Amino acid sequence: MEIVINISSGLCLFIGSFVCVSGGIGILRFPDFYTRMHAVGVTGTLGAGMILIGLMLYSTDFLVFAKLVMILLLTLLISPTTSHVLAKAALHNGLMPKLSQNTVEQSSLEQESKETASSKS
Amino acid sequence: MKRHTISLFLTLAAFWLLNSGHYSTLILLLGAASIILVLFISHQMDVVDQESQPLYLTRNILGYYLWLIKEIIKANITVVKHIWLGKESISPTLKKIKISQKTDMGKVIYANSISLTPGTVTIDLVDDEIIVHALLYKDIESLKAGEMDRRVSLLER
Repeated sequence: MEIVINISSGLCLFIGSFVCVSGGIGILRFPDFYTRMHAVGVTGTLGAGMILIGLMLYSTDFLVFAKLVMILLLTLLISPTTSHVLAKAALHNGLMPKLSQNTVEQSSLEQESKETASSKS
Repeated sequence: MKRHTISLFLTLAAFWLLNSGHYSTLILLLGAASIILVLFISHQMDVVDQESQPLYLTRNILGYYLWLIKEIIKANITVVKHIWLGKESISPTLKKIKISQKTDMGKVIYANSISLTPGTVTIDLVDDEIIVHALLYKDIESLKAGEMDRRVSLLER
């Protein structure tokens, strides 16, 4: 029993660290602000989730387990909120994403964001 | 109103007990006092209502969470794959999408679920339209197909 828990916990921690490292590499490799934010999303959900689940399997104390669950729930609430706020602030201040398609959509949005930027200043 | 107060009390009590770990009489009394203080202040602020304690969600939310976890894991695998494939393999897209939710709570749940899934971020929410930035064009297509939209609308009822 002991060895099963140890191995599965180690596996979870390994997957979590790999996903976190991938997220970091994504920040360096992706071309612009918005795509980099998607890479951070990976670290915030599966990376943090897997590491916390790995630690939960190790914990013998119920209180420690409960605290890890709380941290996981808070992370899952905070991560989308912050990425939404960052993206909204960037778009409203006129930073346009590099897009591959949908040029019509882009120009209309560009107009909108320029208007909001100029009304602020 | 009464149900919401009881639910807030139970949540606070569980939170306090799990975080403290000391169960002597004095500490428990101090904990009860702090919970009552918080309840009193939140009543004064008038924030104990349907919005802060969405009890009507509890019937269906568990099934939705399980489905969302499955989707998050699938999306994570896709994004990690595209990180290692490099920037030639991605097709960033910005698009307005219509949503069908009526209540504010439903709209926020939908927008937050989109942001929580890696590869898609909700940028703005205006009336019944959301602006979504996606890493891949097919993510937008699967959002437009409306599977997640339908599931969130089911929660509202």
